Amino acid sequence: MLDKVKPYFQEGGRLHAFHSVYDGFETFLFTPKSTSTSGAHIHDSMDSKRTMIIVVLALMPCLLFGMYNTGYQHWTAIGAVDKPFFSLLLYGFLSVLPKLVVSYAVGLGIEFAVAQWRKEEIQEGFLVTGILIPLICPVETPIWMIAVATAFSVIFVKEVFGGTGYNIFNVALVTRAFLFFAYPAQMSGDKVFIGTDAIAGLGEGTVVDSFTGATPLGQVALQAGEESVTITSTVGADPITTSDMFFGLIPGSFGETSTLCILIGAAILLVAGIASWRIILSVFAGGAVMSLIANAFSSPDYPASMLSVADQLCLGGFAFAAVFMATDPVTACRTNIGKYIYGFLIGAIAIIIRVYNNGYPEGAMLAVLLMNAFAPLIDWCVVQSNIRRRLRRVKLNNSDHE
Amino acid sequence: MSQNLTIRKGLDIKIAGGLTDLSPVDAPLSASVAVSPDDFIGFVPKSAVKEGDTVKAGDPLLFDKRDNLMKLVAPVAGKVTAIVRGERRKILRVVIEPDHSGDAAIFDTKVNNADDARRLLKISGLWALMRRRPFDIVPNPDIVPRDIFVSALDSAPLAVSPARFYADAKTLEAAVALLSLTTKGNVYIGRRNDGLLPDIKGATMVDIAGPHPAGNVGVMIANIAPINKGESVWTLDLSTLWRIGRLMLSSSVDFTDYVALTGSEIAQPKVLKTVIGASIASLTDGAIVKAEYHQRIISGNVLTGVKVDADDYIRYPYRQITVIPEGDDVDEFMGWASLSPKKMSESRTFPGKLFGSVFRPDARLLGGRRAFIMSGEYERYMPMDIMAEYLLKAIIGKDIEQMEKLGIYEVAPEDFALGEYADTSKIEAQKIVREGLDYLRKEIE
Repeated sequence: MLDKVKPYFQEGGRLHAFHSVYDGFETFLFTPKSTSTSGAHIHDSMDSKRTMIIVVLALMPCLLFGMYNTGYQHWTAIGAVDKPFFSLLLYGFLSVLPKLVVSYAVGLGIEFAVAQWRKEEIQEGFLVTGILIPLICPVETPIWMIAVATAFSVIFVKEVFGGTGYNIFNVALVTRAFLFFAYPAQMSGDKVFIGTDAIAGLGEGTVVDSFTGATPLGQVALQAGEESVTITSTVGADPITTSDMFFGLIPGSFGETSTLCILIGAAILLVAGIASWRIILSVFAGGAVMSLIANAFSSPDYPASMLSVADQLCLGGFAFAAVFMATDPVTACRTNIGKYIYGFLIGAIAIIIRVYNNGYPEGAMLAVLLMNAFAPLIDWCVVQSNIRRRLRRVKLNNSDHE
Repeated sequence: MSQNLTIRKGLDIKIAGGLTDLSPVDAPLSASVAVSPDDFIGFVPKSAVKEGDTVKAGDPLLFDKRDNLMKLVAPVAGKVTAIVRGERRKILRVVIEPDHSGDAAIFDTKVNNADDARRLLKISGLWALMRRRPFDIVPNPDIVPRDIFVSALDSAPLAVSPARFYADAKTLEAAVALLSLTTKGNVYIGRRNDGLLPDIKGATMVDIAGPHPAGNVGVMIANIAPINKGESVWTLDLSTLWRIGRLMLSSSVDFTDYVALTGSEIAQPKVLKTVIGASIASLTDGAIVKAEYHQRIISGNVLTGVKVDADDYIRYPYRQITVIPEGDDVDEFMGWASLSPKKMSESRTFPGKLFGSVFRPDARLLGGRRAFIMSGEYERYMPMDIMAEYLLKAIIGKDIEQMEKLGIYEVAPEDFALGEYADTSKIEAQKIVREGLDYLRKEIE
């Protein structure tokens, strides 16, 4: 079938204007037949398509759990006692589906158009970005905002720099940051993290009186001046324990709440050799060290400084950022030594922002974006040390001959 | 004197069509033999013969415009049947029809000093079989090497160790004695510690362990005495060292050549004894599996070899022929999602890696070209202190200062071959490095 319509898309064909789209579909369905014309005659079967798909697979546990948790939080909010599993899942599915569709439609639409305009092959980068965006946004983010933010970041963060592989900042995170700074009223506070309305007749009910809707970090930020911090569920006084935070039945952005699911994703990425273990490890190390420092100097003025190391690492977007955001190979450091420094600083800065800025309870996103900007500098230093080694060798050599 | 070197970063690719029988058999006599000047980068060829001339083995076919003493010589005695030229009269190859007389030019091998040694190497054509680093080219006529590095192992996929065929100690000692005259430094010989190659008097032996690219001479240089700006070393393989020794002992050149005929499309892989520049047909006739699909003949190994036609000739470094499926006629549905154990990959997302399968790869790129996305894919397989990705970027940007700083003088295209194989972005790294080296040479010379 594809071969039959091919002539239309070739040079001179009627549909030549859409040949990038055609190529995109052809290379997606059939492995390209192009053979090596220079250098190595054989090539590894791994390509960027498979790389991206593995990342999407690794995000699946987070996506599925996010669906369940969205339903769970809704049912909690309406005070329901029994929580039917499939209804919860379906509720979450229905709430995330429009966001997924919009994010992919807007992002891929722009990618296709730009590829066509540049007469290039369509690149796969957005496959991952498109699923990351709904996962890191609060459940109640209006869809039109996602569309605007996605368009903004795909165009101004990726395409203007040259497309996949050339961007400085992580596209998904810029989308999130754009939402946060452009629509602060809608994107923070207590109302956006939990769905309170019924979807397609599912989850009918009124929100109970004691419902607050605050995320754990949001609650902590409000407890300035108190001797210790307490985190409770959204409807009452039941405390949230560290294990709740780890398993993830807590309010938060769609896919970020379950540290367990994130770790499953991390395992997939590490076994596949796609994410850098150096970065993941050092982000957690940086976060743990900074949490200990914050504990040591804890003060009622900064309530988050009293959180334990485990709570710090499990709460908010920290683990998600460590595994899926910091490891984006394009925007991370590219040298091995650089990766340790980059990761450690992300971890440390995320906790610094979280602890010492009560107005902004989540620091992981900003920490990653900040280090995205510094990654080339870190790499530059590492490369300079290689260059200096080489120069020193020359000097040593010259002094030998004198 | 010997030292040890263990390589950790590297990879032995497991592909089908390896040798089981390592004892050489005589190849059928080649109906024609050719020398291709393109194999000798840096050599500026000018014809020394006309079509119809009769030559002896060792008689000059081409000489270098910069230094008339530097020659490419006839590997066999016979008649020059063709000087094939391409665009702008560039000489593509000189073809000889062998007369099997065994006539060979006699050289005066009385050598007293470095100048005599250099002269002898140049006029015998053996100079052109050596390489100079930086640039991985035939050494310029006036280059004095800091050290000389000989690789006596071939770690490339399906290759056979040259130490099986060229290990005669007396011959090699004579060669080392001659080469030692040309340098104030050392002659290093890298070998596997498998007892095939004895210690050679006058040379520093280096026992190299580890996976490919352990046999790449650049790895030995980088780990023993890296090249600095302004320095040059000569590099050669064991067969060239042996030829130099043969010249010293017999006063004539010996272009006997052992070629490993390998690859999944070869019915019975074997080692053939022939002569350098022999026709591909004389080596592969009847040996290639009959097939409906396209096949690719490579002179050399699958990582660094040259694609040749069936009516072509074996190309430098004359060590190996590999035949694999071409792959341009394979319809593979959604190959990027495949879980087939036959898919060759270093990634653990393919089951073949877990089963330790022996693969039968074809020449497809198996993916679209992209910008650098994944990091560290080149450094992973490069046991040298080189920031490979940054060097490639400096070359692409034609930034000479940065290339120098990042160590372009230490590398050859072959050092990037494993990275190019594994690269998910399918970047043509060896081509980029070759073009970078040529560009740099043009700019600074």
